[in-house]
Amino acid sequence: MNSSVIIFPGSNCDRDMDVALKKFGFKNKMVWHDDDKLPKSDLIVLPGGFSYGDYLRCGSIAGKSKIIQSVIDFANSGGLVLGICNGFQILTETGLLKGVLQQNKNIEFICKNIFIKINNGENKFFENIDKDVLELHIAHNEGNYFCTEDELKSLEDNNQIAAYYCGSDGKIDEKSNPNGAIKNIAGIFNEKKNILGMMPHPERMIDKSLSGEDGSIFFENLLKNLK
Amino acid sequence: MKIKVIVTLKSGVLDPQGKAIQQTLNGMGFANVKDVRQGKYFDIDIDESDEQKAKHSAEEICKKLLANQVIEDFKII
Repeated sequence: MNSSVIIFPGSNCDRDMDVALKKFGFKNKMVWHDDDKLPKSDLIVLPGGFSYGDYLRCGSIAGKSKIIQSVIDFANSGGLVLGICNGFQILTETGLLKGVLQQNKNIEFICKNIFIKINNGENKFFENIDKDVLELHIAHNEGNYFCTEDELKSLEDNNQIAAYYCGSDGKIDEKSNPNGAIKNIAGIFNEKKNILGMMPHPERMIDKSLSGEDGSIFFENLLKNLK
Repeated sequence: MKIKVIVTLKSGVLDPQGKAIQQTLNGMGFANVKDVRQGKYFDIDIDESDEQKAKHSAEEICKKLLANQVIEDFKII
């Protein structure tokens, strides 16, 4: 399976994502934001970081970069697109995903492990995944997901909520919401479920001795689903 | 011609920075400050002498980049 990770000025999880994808068997290529064509890919990843220094709004400048039109075309033709953290912010800014990531409710940069509960397993990202509660890492200042009431209703009606922040037992409550995100939303899909944006970083949880291995479960399963 | 744009959060959208500023002002003794909403201000120089055309460009600029209309409103002044 071929994957591509887009690098923007200020991306800082691009290499981690490259390491993770290769570890689980993807043939990954790095693509510069100023290119206009994507290599042949089964998966495009927009990595975490601080593209363009988060100027204007997080992800807004990257959302207008040269490569983005190819990413939009790829996504609209059904291609699989994954946006992690800043990648999620970029996806909302391009309009590929609904809503917006606002500043965390408590105005603090949050860097810690959290748990997410996978809400929808009928898609390439989470189908047949062994665990539905994963321990992943978050590191962000703007992860407070917000959308209008109408948008929230349509996300819920179309089963587009990918994952919720939860406790280690899978319980979704206010206590386990790290950033004030509406309804504890940690990640969402587009209507067709071929685009996933989420704040938690699976690429940071792929090594037992360094962190944890719940990210490994995500990548192994994703590769299996794509084969 | 010079165009000024103000981008503000829509009413009802949480503004934690505005809230923190308000609480700080209250703590400094400005007890009468009830609410603060933080926004952004842009000075844009558009190479256009026709005011209507310049304002039209500015509107497109706001819609396409400067404001995220999910949470923000803009005002061209």
